Amino acid sequence: MSDLLRLATAGSVDDGKSTLVGRLLYDTKSVLADTLEAVQRASVDKGLSTPDLSLLVDGLRSEREQGITIDVAYRYFATDKRTFVLADTPGHVQYTRNTVTGASTAELAILLVDARKGVIEQTRRHAAVLALLGVPRLVLAVNKIDLVDYDEGTFEVIAKEFTAHATSLGYPMGTVLAIPVSALRGDNVVAHSPHTPWYTGPTLLDHLETVPVEPDPHEAPFRFPVQYVIRPRTPEHPDYRGYAGQIAAGTVRPGDEVVVLPAGLRTTVERVDTPDGELPEAVAGRSVTLLLADDVDISRGDVIAAATEPPALTDELSATLAWLADKPLRHNQKVLVKSGSRTVRAMVTELRTRFDEQRLSTHEDPETLTLNEIGQVSLRTAEPIPVDGYTSRGRTGAFLVIDPADGTTLAAGLVGAPLPLLDKA
Amino acid sequence: MTAIIEPTQPTLDALGRLESEAVHIMREVAGEFDRPVILFSGGKDSTLLLHLAVKAFWPAPVPFPLLHVDTGHNFDEVIDFRDRVVERYGLRLVVAKVQDWIDDGRLTERPDGTRNPLQTVPLLDSITENRFDAVFGGGRRDEERARAKERIFSLRNSFGQWEPRRQRPELWNLYNGRHRPGEHVRVFPLSNWTELDVWRYIQRENIELPPIYYSHEREVYQRDGMWLAEGPWGGPRDGETKVRKTIRYRTVGDGSCTGAVESTARTLDEVIAEVAASRLTERGATRADDRLSEAAMEDRKREGYF
Repeated sequence: MSDLLRLATAGSVDDGKSTLVGRLLYDTKSVLADTLEAVQRASVDKGLSTPDLSLLVDGLRSEREQGITIDVAYRYFATDKRTFVLADTPGHVQYTRNTVTGASTAELAILLVDARKGVIEQTRRHAAVLALLGVPRLVLAVNKIDLVDYDEGTFEVIAKEFTAHATSLGYPMGTVLAIPVSALRGDNVVAHSPHTPWYTGPTLLDHLETVPVEPDPHEAPFRFPVQYVIRPRTPEHPDYRGYAGQIAAGTVRPGDEVVVLPAGLRTTVERVDTPDGELPEAVAGRSVTLLLADDVDISRGDVIAAATEPPALTDELSATLAWLADKPLRHNQKVLVKSGSRTVRAMVTELRTRFDEQRLSTHEDPETLTLNEIGQVSLRTAEPIPVDGYTSRGRTGAFLVIDPADGTTLAAGLVGAPLPLLDKA
Repeated sequence: MTAIIEPTQPTLDALGRLESEAVHIMREVAGEFDRPVILFSGGKDSTLLLHLAVKAFWPAPVPFPLLHVDTGHNFDEVIDFRDRVVERYGLRLVVAKVQDWIDDGRLTERPDGTRNPLQTVPLLDSITENRFDAVFGGGRRDEERARAKERIFSLRNSFGQWEPRRQRPELWNLYNGRHRPGEHVRVFPLSNWTELDVWRYIQRENIELPPIYYSHEREVYQRDGMWLAEGPWGGPRDGETKVRKTIRYRTVGDGSCTGAVESTARTLDEVIAEVAASRLTERGATRADDRLSEAAMEDRKREGYF
């Protein structure tokens, strides 16, 4: 079992997300005494009688002044079983931008709803975005269960509605769990609540500690974007020539036949090298250095891939974009596309559909994409690049769209990702 | 066809994933920037950073020079260690001495004698003079809540300032290092590490650190609830008395505001047990400068601090 879980939170304003995260940190004793004292002092200054746990996670002064969370914040906590990296994503303005960012590295997402309000539009949209990004597992935290008198019926209605929604988005049975919690009082966050005897499932922390984490795609065809060519030219290593990178997908072993793209040269892996010694095998997620049998011309941006199942080489991309910038997409806009370790010039040649977040449907032939909007586009790149379809966790098929003028990140791109998914939101 | 060998460790453990992530980040910088530099003080985080850089480019030498912003308020053991490490790896070390900036009037000594906040100007001046475009720092998001919102690639404007509301979204493991002339990018490969991860990795990799991180005896005096040592930055004031204590340092910074903790942890095992059981954050326990105000770190970061 993996001893590290990366997760993200998503929720609307006032669902108590900061309080829930604060509660997780507090109850796992990840908040140390000096931090807690500072929170207690600040709570007293605000005239509160109990410590406001949300103050643990509101980082910036302007956030504390306004009582809102602006930006994705990263939290770290650990138990005896696992280490957790949590991307805490605010749910109001720029919600898509923040949710997409948090979801891009998450193996599990916690969605919050207020038990008094149940599943609302934003919950459905958040779930759709998480599904689009391929976050493998969801937890619905039905918060403020104390405010509905710990009523089983209320919880069941919400849990059923959400599970049905998640199923329609493609989540298989067993990947979605609803838990009745009160972040404020701590019910079912770390310890089972005496107020919900009817709930027999795990507490939130139990679930996070034991939920299976899908490993990086070991079984997928091998993909290795070359980041850097290592050529020491030192007396000890006069002829060493290694290709450094992080395995994006699959497994590599000495003797494997590979193809180098976009050039299309074929060769064999001679050695999988690390400073700690050669490896008989290395899997997705690992940073290694490959030595190849033939002296071929390879540089940063190339992809070394399984010769039997290479990625497509194309200069025409069909992709889904989540627009993250204040300035809207323009017709025939020239952009930079960063895919793996390669950055190429590209043009958005067609905007086919836009996901309408109000009507929860797709529009054909929209004029533009603006902040927080998701749409399907065609892109033409200045040169053919190797691409795979987007897969969960974005190791392949994910790209950034960058403004060449000022370097702004304009959009998150998913090769061929299924926007129709969002129609079901 | 080579025989298939049974995998010994098909999935990376937590430290292995953090290491691979940091190595990936360093190689991205080497591939995309013209003049990167590693901030190196000889402290544990920057020593770890250098160790990861050595691994990222092995068997080639580290393709970056080092920059130390020297407050002049140093522990001798740390400077000795710094110089030995630089020599061992054959690296170029640029030292920006705060004293030089004070001597020629670009900086003024503070009334409290603390020089930590004075490091920002020499840091930014050195970045400009050397035209560094990527600056590696050992900052971690678990250290402090303003840092929790920092990106791994953090763009600084031409005044070196951090603008928290204008940060770029950071997705997957794709980093956007584009910057305009005069701007630079701070890069934090240890963003996702915690203090305990750092110590466990130091143990696993058997990384040497300056001896002051381990328990030793030292003459110290108490101020603001912290044990400070006498040095070029001054000593006990009226009413403060020196006592001999068994202590160690959890962080190493400007001597005037870095406190020691009482500790008998002499080995890595003992340090790890102590850190795991500690009820204080490393900054709260040992850094006077972060106690100034609720937003002390946020303010210094906006100005261009590490």
